[in-house]
Amino acid sequence: MWTYALRRLLAAIPTLLAVITVCYLLLHLTPGGPFDSEHKLSETVLANLQAKYHLNEPLWKQYLLYLNSLLHGDLGASFRYEDWSVNDLVAKAFPISAAIGGGSLLIALVVGVALGTLAALKQNSALDYFTMLLSSIGSVFPSFVIGPMLILVFAIWFKLAPSGGWDAFSPRYMILPMALLVFINVATIARVMRGSMIEVLSSNFIRTARAKGLPLRTLVLRHAMKPALLPVVSLIGPLAISSITAAVVTESVFSLPGLGKLIVNGASNRDYTLVLGLVVLITVVTVVFNLLVDLAYALLDPKIRY
Amino acid sequence: MMFKNKNDALVATLSQALDADIQGHSLWYAARVRFMRNRAAVFSVVLLALITLACIFGPMLLPNAFDSTDWNAMSQGPTLVNMHWFGTDESGRDLLVRCLIGGRISLMVGLMATLTSVSLGIAWGATAGFLGGKVDSVMMRIVDMMYAVPYLLIAILMVTLLGRAFYLVVITITVFSWMDMARVVRGQTLSLRSKEFVEAARAIGVPTRRIIFQHIVPNLLGIVVIYTTVTVPGVILTESVLSFLGLGIQEPMTSWGVLIHDGTQVMEISPWILIFPSLMLSAALYCFNYIGDGLRDALDPKDR
Repeated sequence: MWTYALRRLLAAIPTLLAVITVCYLLLHLTPGGPFDSEHKLSETVLANLQAKYHLNEPLWKQYLLYLNSLLHGDLGASFRYEDWSVNDLVAKAFPISAAIGGGSLLIALVVGVALGTLAALKQNSALDYFTMLLSSIGSVFPSFVIGPMLILVFAIWFKLAPSGGWDAFSPRYMILPMALLVFINVATIARVMRGSMIEVLSSNFIRTARAKGLPLRTLVLRHAMKPALLPVVSLIGPLAISSITAAVVTESVFSLPGLGKLIVNGASNRDYTLVLGLVVLITVVTVVFNLLVDLAYALLDPKIRY
Repeated sequence: MMFKNKNDALVATLSQALDADIQGHSLWYAARVRFMRNRAAVFSVVLLALITLACIFGPMLLPNAFDSTDWNAMSQGPTLVNMHWFGTDESGRDLLVRCLIGGRISLMVGLMATLTSVSLGIAWGATAGFLGGKVDSVMMRIVDMMYAVPYLLIAILMVTLLGRAFYLVVITITVFSWMDMARVVRGQTLSLRSKEFVEAARAIGVPTRRIIFQHIVPNLLGIVVIYTTVTVPGVILTESVLSFLGLGIQEPMTSWGVLIHDGTQVMEISPWILIFPSLMLSAALYCFNYIGDGLRDALDPKDR
C-alpha cells in the first residue's frame, strides 16, 4: 500500500513540473514586461527594478529561481494589485472557494448517493423519474445558464436570497451559489450511483444474500453499497476538476471574492503572475486530490492488490 | 411481445436491404435503421438542422442587422413590431438576429475546434495504438497528464497570454479536447489488430489493404463518429464558458456565451436578453447530446 502511494506521488511530480514549465514559458512568450507603462521609467530605475526581480538574468535562471520560490511556498508579487503578493490574495480568497466548493461537493455526494440508491431500489417510481429528470437537466443546461436563472427566479422574482455578493460567510449569501454547485454535482453523482447500484443489485452475491433472507436494509447498506460506490469514487476526481470550472463560473455569476473570481479578474487585467500562481496552486491541489481519490479507490476495491 | 415484433421488423428490413444488393454497407444500413427508431435522436437532428439553417440564412433574410441600433425600441421586450421577435437589448440591437449571429460563431467554433481536436486525437491514438511499446506508454502518459490538469484555468491562462482572436480561441479549446478521442482510438486500434475476424480474413488470403479498408476502418469509423458528436457539445460549452467570462469572443462579434453574459448584466430589467440565448444554447447542447446517444446505440457492435 505505502509503496503504491509513494509510487503514485512520484508519478505526480512530472505532471506538476510539466504544467509549471509550460505555463512559465507561455508567460515569457508574451511581449511586454511588468514595468512597461505609459510613463517611461528612466534607464537606471528600470535596470534597478529588473535587477531586484531578477528580470535581467537568463530565462533558465529565472525559471529555477521561480521554482525555488515555489518550493518555499512563495507565488510571487501581483503585477496589478499594488501592495499585495499573490500569497496574500490567495489567503484571502481560498477559504471562500473552499467553503463553497468543498461544502457543496460533500453535500452533493451525500444527496447524490442517497438519491441514486433510492432511485435504483424503486425503478420506474416517481422518485426514479425525478432523479433521471434532474440529471438530464444537469447535462443539458450548463452552470452559467442555471446560475443566472436561479438568480432571476429566487433573487429577483421571489426575493428569497441576495443575488450575489459576500458577507463574512453569512449563509444568506452562500445559499444560492451552493445550491447551484450541489445541483450540478448531484445530477452527475445520482445518475452514476443509480446505474452502478442497479448493476450490483442484479449480481449473484446479492441474489444469494437475498435467498438467505437478509432484510433489505442490511442487504443494501452492508453488501451492495461498497461495490456500488466504486464508480462514484472514481468520479470524484473528474468531478473536482469540473467543480473548479463550475466554481469559476459560480463565483463570477454571484460575484463571490473567491479564487475563481480572482483568476478571471487577473486574466482580464493581464495580471500574469497572479494567473500563473493560481494555475500552479490549483493544479497542485487537483493532482494531490486525484492522488487521494486513487488511494481511496484502492482501499475500497478488493480487486486491487499491491 | 412488443420487443419480438421490433426485432422481426429489423430482420425484415435488413433482409430486404440484403436483397437490394448493398452488401458492403449493411453495418451502416442497420445503424441507420436503428437510429431512425430513436425518436429523441431523430427529433434532435431535425431541431439542430433547423437551428443551423436559421443561423446561416436567418440574418440574411431578417430586416435588422446584428449591430445596428433601433432608436425607437431600446430594451424592448419580445414584440411583433419591426420583427423584434426576441426583443432588443439595451442599445436597441435586435436580439433575434444577435442570437442567430452568435449561433453562427458558436457553431463555427464548435465545428472547427471539433475538427482539429478529432484529427489530433485520431492521429495521436492511432499512432500510439499502432506502434505500441515504449512510444505508446509515453504518449498515453501525456494523455493522462492532460486529464489531471484543471483545463479551464490553463485555457484562461492561454487566452490571457496569447490573445482572444477567433483562431486562438479555437486552438485553446483544441488543446484540451482531443484526449477522449485519442484514448478511444488507441484502444480500438489495439483490439482490432488482434481480432478474430481480422485473423480470419488474413487466413483466407484477403489482401492487407482490403483488411484495413473493409474491416478495420468501418469499425474505427463508428467510434470516431460517436466521439465526434460527443466532442461537439463539450467544445461549444468551453467556448461559451470562456466567452461568458469575457475571455473568449470579443465585442462587436458575439456568441451565445457573450449574449448570456450580457443577459446576466441586465436581467433585472429585461430578462428576455438572458432567456433567449440560454434557450438556444441549451437546445443545441440537448441536440448534440441526444444525437450522440442515438449514434452510440445505433453503432455499438455489442448491442446486436
